[in-house]
Order: sequence, then structure tokens, then C-alpha cells
Amino acid sequence: MCLGIPAKVIELYETNGLKMAKVDFGGVIKEACMEYLPDVKLGDYTIIHVGFGLSILDEQEAMETMELLKQIDALGAEGIAA
Amino acid sequence: VKYLDEYRDADLTQKLLAEIKGTVTRPWTLMEVCGGQTHSIIKSGLDRMLPAEINLIHGPGCPVCVTPLELVDKAIALAFRPDVIFTSYGDMLRVPGSTRDLFAVKAAGGDVRIVYSPLDALKIARDNPKKTIVFFAIGFETTAPANAMAVLQARAQNLPNFTVLVSHVTVPAAITALMDSPDVLVDGFLAAGHVCTVMGYWEYEPLAERYKIPIVVTGFEPVDILHGILDCVRELESGTCQVRNAYARSVTRNGNGPAQVVIRDVFEMTDRAWRGIGVIPMSGYHLKDELAFFDAEKRFPEVQSIDTHESPLCISGLVLQGRKKPSECPAFGQQCTPQTPLGATMVSSEGACAAYYRYGRYANH
Repeated sequence: MCLGIPAKVIELYETNGLKMAKVDFGGVIKEACMEYLPDVKLGDYTIIHVGFGLSILDEQEAMETMELLKQIDALGAEGIAA
Repeated sequence: VKYLDEYRDADLTQKLLAEIKGTVTRPWTLMEVCGGQTHSIIKSGLDRMLPAEINLIHGPGCPVCVTPLELVDKAIALAFRPDVIFTSYGDMLRVPGSTRDLFAVKAAGGDVRIVYSPLDALKIARDNPKKTIVFFAIGFETTAPANAMAVLQARAQNLPNFTVLVSHVTVPAAITALMDSPDVLVDGFLAAGHVCTVMGYWEYEPLAERYKIPIVVTGFEPVDILHGILDCVRELESGTCQVRNAYARSVTRNGNGPAQVVIRDVFEMTDRAWRGIGVIPMSGYHLKDELAFFDAEKRFPEVQSIDTHESPLCISGLVLQGRKKPSECPAFGQQCTPQTPLGATMVSSEGACAAYYRYGRYANH
């Protein structure tokens, strides 16, 4: 139920007074409501849950986390190899 | 796909597993709160790759599973009415009520429709002005902004034939109930990443302090989950109990402000019954009085007291509290299968029993 999937915003428009978007889930295009993401821009990646954007994925944070994880010392890895 | 593939990377997964193995010195029991995380863990086999010291137990974070039987029975009674179109997220349809499920109502001719979004239910209301639309508004904080927006839009678009059957629950109340129980099993929590996307994680800071327990905001892919476990184990091994954020690309401390405003505009806190667990004080939402017009329970007051019958064999309440693993249930895979479920945990896409059955965790290992 709390499944949220990253999707890229490819079109922004308004329907019934609601801020809406076409979003691309790696090739599958769906409509989602962007009312909760007032700053969303074309090209942003968002977490979509039951047809609503809940967050704009933060590229800087994602890169920093990835760097941190990749720097993890290989000390433990030797343990697995042994 | 960006933001998915790199978090499923096999080399990085191995590296993190090795780091966890190198960090852990004694047994720890961690609970992943969200059923989506449970499925990810079992599907990817992380439960079998982690060092033996790490015992993952599965939490109550499956809204379909904790929706009380009384409300499921009410939903079924409403769905049978010829003047109603009953709309729901698909997961709810196979949840066993006292005598049948919503699919059985559909098969018997009831107008039961699966929707992907509550906005789809609004469209059905617009297209069918002579019917009353009941939308089964279940969920944790993640789903509350969407369900709340549907109610506000029904009012704004003048759709008086739209109603909601509300069963909303919240995570901090569940953590409190688990930690206040007499025999606490949990050493650390992996908090649900999408609940925190909406609500932030400041609410968890007093809980971590009060119960001296680390809480790590965790995502859903294998790398995210191992990152959460590693942070939690580091806290435990160093004797600290902070709230940490291992899902920073989506979660901030304060969460999504506009979504929280709409939740507060539509809902207020109330006591809620959790299926298999019981009533937890101030653990969920109901519609505010000024929106009671859209409350399906008030629109159809005749659908009130319903005699509920839970299967005496089902131990899903213990499973939802992490006290039993699905494979420890005598009925698991015997009397209870996805085809003949005794409890909601066997049919929900976030239910622990469904994950154990689907990915072959038939016995303890």
C-alpha cells in the first residue's frame, strides 16, 4: 500500500483546478497529481503513490549517500571471501 | 531506471552485507515497520544473507492487514447495496470478512470497482450521479494526503454522491503500543520510508529517547534496506539510540508540508481498532466534523452493528506484532493459503504471510 515508485515528470498541466503531471515510470506513462509538490519542474524525479507525487528525489542527497556507501571499507568483504 | 537500478546493485549489496557482518558482535532483533519492506527483504533473500545475529521481525505496517474486521464487514454490506458503487484499492478485495470477501460481492453482482487512485473514484462519482460512491479510504500516513484530497475535491467539485469509509492508521502510535507491551522484543526499528516522506521523522525523536531505541528511516530497495540495517546496528553496537535517515533522497526531517496541511484540514486523530491487535489509543484518523457529510458510516447509519467472526486458527495479530513468524503458524500453507486465506496477512501485497508463502519460507531456517 505504501508502495511509492520513482517516476520522471514529463508534462505539467491543470485539470479541475488541480496541478497534474504526466509521469514516466521507465517507459510506462501515467497521470499523477502534483498538488503536494508546488516546486516540481519538468525532468524532476518524484515518488508517486496512488497517483500523487509525495517527494522530489534529491539528486545531491542521493549522490552523497551513494558515495558514502561505496566508500565502505572492504575489510568485511575479506571475511566473506574467507 | 534511475533511482531503482543502482539500489539493486549486487556488488554494493555484498559490500553492505560484509560491513554489517563486520560490525555486529551480538544478537539484535530489528523490526521493519512497513510490509513493503518485508516483501522486499523476503523477495531479495536478504533474510537469508544477513549474519545470524540479525533477526528481522515484521511489523504492523500493512494497512490492508490491520483494517478491522468490522469495517471489512461494513464494506461488504455497503458493496451489496444496489444504490452503491463500491471503490477500493485492489489489495482490499481479497481480504476475508466474517463470511466472504469483496470479490465474492462482485461475483454476486455487486458493483465493486478497483481504483488506482482516489481521484479515479471521484471520476466514477462524476460519471454516476444517481449512485452513491463509497471509497474505502484505508492506509497509513503515506496514503492519507491522497485520500484527504479526494474528500476536499468532492466538496470543491460539488459531488455529494461521493463518500469515504475511513480506516486510517499511523505509525508512531503503533511503535508506542509495541514498546509499551510487557515483553518488548524489538531492539531497533527500521521506520517506513514513505510514511516519513509525508510526515518527516521529527515525531520519532521523542520515541527513540523515551524507549532508548534507535529508529532508522529506511527505503525499499535491497541497498536501502541494508543501509538502514547497518545504521541501526551501528547505533546498537555503540550503545546509542538516535533517529537516523537512510533514505535521504526522499525524506527530510519535516516531511511534506503541503501534504500535512491537507491531512490536518480533513482528518483528526482518533482511537482505532487494529485487526488482530486491538484498539490503540489515538492511533488513526477520522473525518473532521465539518466533513462528516462525506462519511459513508454516517451516510448509511443502518450499516452499523455487525457481528464479526474471526477465524480461530488465524494468528495474524501475533504476526503483525512481530511475535510470530508466518512459518510458525500451524495453519500456514495448510488451511491457510492465498487461495483460501484465513487472515488478511495472507492476501495483501504487504502481508508477511503472503511474502513467506510466495517466496517459499515454509519452515524456520
